[in-house]
Amino acid sequence: MERLEVKNLNHSFGFTEVLRDINFTLKKGQVLSVVGPSGGGKTTLLHLCANLLDVEEGNVTNSFVSTSFAFQDARLLPWKNVIDNISLGLLAKGMSKAKSIIESKEIALRFGLEENDFDKFPKDLSGGMRQRVSFARALVVKPSLLFLDEPFSALDIGLKKELQTILIDKIDKKEISILFITHDLMEAIRLSDEILLLKSDPGHIVKKFSYDLAQKERDDKYVYNESAKILQDEEIISTFELALK
Amino acid sequence: MKFALKILKDFPAYLWSGWGAIASIFLFIAVWDMGNQIYGDLVLPSPIETFKTLSLMLQDKDVLTEINITLYRASLGFAFSLVIGSALGLLAGFFITASMMSRPIVTILVGMPPIAWIVLAMIWFGMGDETVIFTVIVASFPIMFVGALQGTRTLDGDLKDMAKSFKLPWHMKFFDVYFPHIFSYLFPAWVSGLGMAWKIVIMAELLATSDGIGASLAVARSQLDTPTALSIVVIMIVSLMFIEYIILEPIKREVELWRD
Ligand SMILES: Nc1ncnc2c1ncn2[C@@H]1O[C@H](COP(=O)(O)OP(=O)(O)OP(=O)(O)O)[C@@H](O)[C@H]1O
Ligand SMILES: [Mg+2]
Repeated sequence: MERLEVKNLNHSFGFTEVLRDINFTLKKGQVLSVVGPSGGGKTTLLHLCANLLDVEEGNVTNSFVSTSFAFQDARLLPWKNVIDNISLGLLAKGMSKAKSIIESKEIALRFGLEENDFDKFPKDLSGGMRQRVSFARALVVKPSLLFLDEPFSALDIGLKKELQTILIDKIDKKEISILFITHDLMEAIRLSDEILLLKSDPGHIVKKFSYDLAQKERDDKYVYNESAKILQDEEIISTFELALK
Repeated sequence: MKFALKILKDFPAYLWSGWGAIASIFLFIAVWDMGNQIYGDLVLPSPIETFKTLSLMLQDKDVLTEINITLYRASLGFAFSLVIGSALGLLAGFFITASMMSRPIVTILVGMPPIAWIVLAMIWFGMGDETVIFTVIVASFPIMFVGALQGTRTLDGDLKDMAKSFKLPWHMKFFDVYFPHIFSYLFPAWVSGLGMAWKIVIMAELLATSDGIGASLAVARSQLDTPTALSIVVIMIVSLMFIEYIILEPIKREVELWRD
């Protein structure tokens, strides 16, 4: 069984402790979200899980056959146009140039990019377009485990919903497992099987919320209800300092 | 290939944008002619006389041979320092220790006046090809080296992580992620290295050889043959402008299209 297992993970940058005693398991087909305040160490956690940072203390075991990463800042290659950026991962897997371009164009269109954007360099794209290109680049390789670091933060609600639907479709077919970082509680509730609440200074998990209803069955009403519920939660209120002083 | 075609396709538009440059050249020639009228033919021959001499010179086989000799020396020295300078700069950039160790050496090489190199080279190699080529190499090498070094040192760590996360094989890492960035530093360095090589080759020839256009310039000076001297200067300037504006600049534009 493919799984990502994090045990007793601690991390510091120099003398600043960023993460303390993080434990969780992500099984195949699951969607695990991490929510928490800005600067709480979410990106650091994701980079540790994806082996982009060296684990100093504790264990990260990843047995997923393939992974890909959509970064918080899009990290596109500035000297490549939209399609060549998207096809990067496909080419790395050894797919032929022609085939990778066809697949990249297909996913670009599905992500709301237009034909006349295809030849543009990243400098000529809007922030949201860059984010979509980056997300497309991660999804087009059909990873078994997808790391998402706030991939929708620069998108309008329509686009957001459309991309979420694409993800939910894949989740429903059990094609993908996701470790998902977001600021947006509604988004987390719409997509996740489990939500980890990461409190900052140093980042540690204070609570887990589980949602059993299949993602496809969750309608707006369900999401609003659950969001309202979670916003009443003591831990949520204190973590995000929601209480009016 | 596609790339070369694009350069050719955009070329007419680029040329058209050169009208301003041409206007300023004509203005310069007008000022030159004024200088001639004030100071007389001996000090500053008129543009017309210079260009007449020039066209006579260009029909002369001997002059063409001299130009070829100079071209040969300059391109050999330039090519050598391009290859070695870029390669060593890349190597130094990839290893922190090497880049730290190379810094003082580069400072010395950059700071050392070329004329001092010419004197040393004359002592070491005598009068001839070697002296000239050596001087060209030591003068343009540091430019290439620093370009390659800076390009490599400024590689974006975030993009490296991205490459790692997609498990790019080494050749893709190099050609798709590292090279375009490094090249955007290297290419301008090559251009200024070329300008340097061209200036130094003339100077070295003037002092250290009996052939090449530098030497012709020395002869023209000793015979007070100002029109010939000016014609040689024109040859030097026009050829440098040709290389820079007709060949390198269009390439540079296409290469840097992705930049802000
Ligand atoms: N490379 C680094 N060197 C030193 N400190 C770092 C580094 N990367 C992150 N930090 C620090 O670690 C802390 C957590 O950063 P991180 O990027 O993980 O936060 P985050 O939860 O992703 O925030 P956001 O939601 O705003 O993206 C911050 O205080 C940040 O300053
Ligand atoms: Mg972050």
